[in-house]
Amino acid sequence: MSAAATIKGSRQFDAACAILDRFGRNPTRLIPILQALQEEYRYLPGELLAYVATALGVPPARVYGVATFYAHFTLAPRGKYVIRLCDGTACHVKNSIPILEALRQRLGLTAERKTTPDLLFTVETVSCLGACGLAPVVVINDQVHGQVTPEHAVALVEEIIAREKPAAA
Amino acid sequence: MQNTVTSKPAVPVLTLNGRSVELGGERNLLELIRKAGIDLPTFCYHSELSVYGACRLCLVEIEGRGIQASCAVTPEAGLKVRTDTADLREIRRTNIELLLASHHQGCTTCGKSAACRLLELARRLGVDTVRFTARRPPAPLDLTSPALVRDPNKCVLCGDCVRFCHEIQGIGAIDFAHRGSAAAVVPAFNRGLGEVECVHCGQCARVCPTGAIMPRSEEEPVWKALQDPGKTVVAQIAPAVRVALGETLGLAPGEDTTGRLSAAMRRLGFAKVYDTAFTADLTVIEEAEEYLRRRAAGFAGPMFTSCCPAWVRYSELAASDLLPRLSSCRSPQQMFGALARDLLPKQLGVAPENLVVVSIMPCTAKKYEAGRAEFAHNGRRDLDAVLTTQELAHMIQGAGVRFSELVPEPLDMPFACTSGAGLLFGASGGVSEAVLRYAAAKLSGGAAPAANYGAADGTAARREVTVTVNEIRLRLGMVYGLREAQEILKEVRAGTCEYDLIEVMACPGGCVGGAGQPVPAGPETTARRACGLRHAAAAAPLHGAQDNPFITKLYQEHLGEPGGPRAHKLLHTKYQTRRRLGKSDGLPLIHGQDVGRVKVSVCLGTSCHLRGSQKVLRGLAKALEERGLAERVELTGAFCHERCDRGPAVTVNGQVFDHCTAELALAQVEAALAVATGA
Repeated sequence: MSAAATIKGSRQFDAACAILDRFGRNPTRLIPILQALQEEYRYLPGELLAYVATALGVPPARVYGVATFYAHFTLAPRGKYVIRLCDGTACHVKNSIPILEALRQRLGLTAERKTTPDLLFTVETVSCLGACGLAPVVVINDQVHGQVTPEHAVALVEEIIAREKPAAA
Repeated sequence: MQNTVTSKPAVPVLTLNGRSVELGGERNLLELIRKAGIDLPTFCYHSELSVYGACRLCLVEIEGRGIQASCAVTPEAGLKVRTDTADLREIRRTNIELLLASHHQGCTTCGKSAACRLLELARRLGVDTVRFTARRPPAPLDLTSPALVRDPNKCVLCGDCVRFCHEIQGIGAIDFAHRGSAAAVVPAFNRGLGEVECVHCGQCARVCPTGAIMPRSEEEPVWKALQDPGKTVVAQIAPAVRVALGETLGLAPGEDTTGRLSAAMRRLGFAKVYDTAFTADLTVIEEAEEYLRRRAAGFAGPMFTSCCPAWVRYSELAASDLLPRLSSCRSPQQMFGALARDLLPKQLGVAPENLVVVSIMPCTAKKYEAGRAEFAHNGRRDLDAVLTTQELAHMIQGAGVRFSELVPEPLDMPFACTSGAGLLFGASGGVSEAVLRYAAAKLSGGAAPAANYGAADGTAARREVTVTVNEIRLRLGMVYGLREAQEILKEVRAGTCEYDLIEVMACPGGCVGGAGQPVPAGPETTARRACGLRHAAAAAPLHGAQDNPFITKLYQEHLGEPGGPRAHKLLHTKYQTRRRLGKSDGLPLIHGQDVGRVKVSVCLGTSCHLRGSQKVLRGLAKALEERGLAERVELTGAFCHERCDRGPAVTVNGQVFDHCTAELALAQVEAALAVATGA
């Protein structure tokens, strides 16, 4: 394991403390605090939520409630690449489901298991991305891909794997 | 000259179902409608709690405004309100039907069905079919709490428990999570109630309209013991039980049922029925003597009572800094347990292992208290089981005993003789009243007349009483509801609290309002029960604990001096800080990979956090990185080493260091590394 990986948690904790300070440890800023923390950690670990509750003086059950209410927040680790497939009405009628099936098959994922064990990919569906003119739409992190086919989607994934694997090795 | 017309200002009115109704400062339309004699149905409205407006049953039609939830409308003059239109009836029925659709309808086997609000309203509103079926697989029961059982399949999301826990107890152990059809009321991180900061007061169960949260029943083990010819089963009855039990068995709240209770329990097979009020007298003496000893030793500031197990647990979880102020006295329940184990085998001629001791309590937290490790010896608990008032009433019904027809029987001596003061323990202010009666007699050398100080009168959540005896001023604070108690804690910490003794009860109105008592019961019922106890106390021939000849005899023959070594062994206890959330893996900061790496964890719990553990953790992480030691260390931020009074706490390879700084922690880590290298 590299030195950076060894002390990653320490960097993240420093960042988390800075985030709490940036919002003045104000319990009414819980949502922006959670947003910023999720950006740092890529998900919201339970231990981190417990710490946020402690630091803000809010019951842990309340923090858990807020974190589970919004679809934006995730309590399970997510991949470095989050693939959001639109399954809104327009994308659905334009065959979004075969894309989903192709992606899941390629990455060995299911409706319950959304993230690959190597934490490289997360595949999830969203109800509408507001880009119905490009249907069916796939968004990988911040990059939007329109009129996607199953083959196209899998090719995008292969490309990322090819780019990432040498770096990891 | 001006003409002045003096007439009474017209009382503002509104129209309710075509009739004129006067406004009298009601907080919302629902209260006004109920005052006008119409019992609008609700799930989520409780006068003690904030208005939530979720159940959509108290709907009314207001001319010009349409259909609204009356609990959330402020009464205004001139409103034209109807409660009974065809639309309203239809909507209410549909709402109940929808609630039933997602509710586990096992009414015949549900412990709550006799008092279930959902079932009652479904009948009342004429819901005869449920057109929808449940779509979710059943969720497992939460059996982690020693006091309560949570059945998520019966929750109707009214939020009563959430608001009670947050608003009245100031804890927030349960809250809403997820949303839409997945919405649920759960403890933090979907853990069990027994794995979070729940204090087991059970008030969530008291306000729950369905059977989603219920006291955890111990009826079966008690039946088993009662039916075992080899066992001798004895019981103690808490003061608050006798004035509430009758509610389930056809009597009015507040009616003293002691005699019939005793008769009924003998019919169930209890060999002896004793009174917890007897050990309450003992508690008064021990607690008052403890206070006077502390005062003589120069201990400044208030001492807290320790009779309420929910309050004790709260102190251990969240007020560890004030634990030294908590009286070391066991509660009357546990004093009884200790005495029963010590005295009864000989007195009754029973082998110790065949003596079964049961408590009848108004409280769910007492179930938790009886299971605390310090109240067990050689693997046997002092108290084998704790039944709530509800459970005992259910057993009496189950045995077919016609309660109202029973001829009263006395309780069993010697633990039946009790003073009025001991009986008052069941109501808020009662412990204070009892302590004052004892202290007045003691400080005046027995010269003070047997006065009633009125500490147990009144229903406000926070009260106080000041009494001066022989120029010694005693100022006692009384509080119920843990949020209200938290306000006093702030004053104690700030040094502005002038009370000598502070009585804390978790439940509204004290133990009479406990969660083990019959439901439903609002503030009026609780007040009537308290009134019943005050009447029983007033009629008691003995005024204060000091007048109880059996207590005097017990000290002479068995316990020695109040507060002496034997009394201390049997009647006092110790407290410890406890973690709020169950076990956790901690937040990993440095993942060193060396084989002989040193494992370090810094506590990030509330108390250590307030003492600066974050600085310790960051400082330590930075120092380890700078010294190039990261690979040789595994550093985590952990939750609660249960040393909240000595934080920040840092654990290095299993050894805990209190009052730690980053420098001290680093020195310990380096020492551990040196040992590892040396080896």
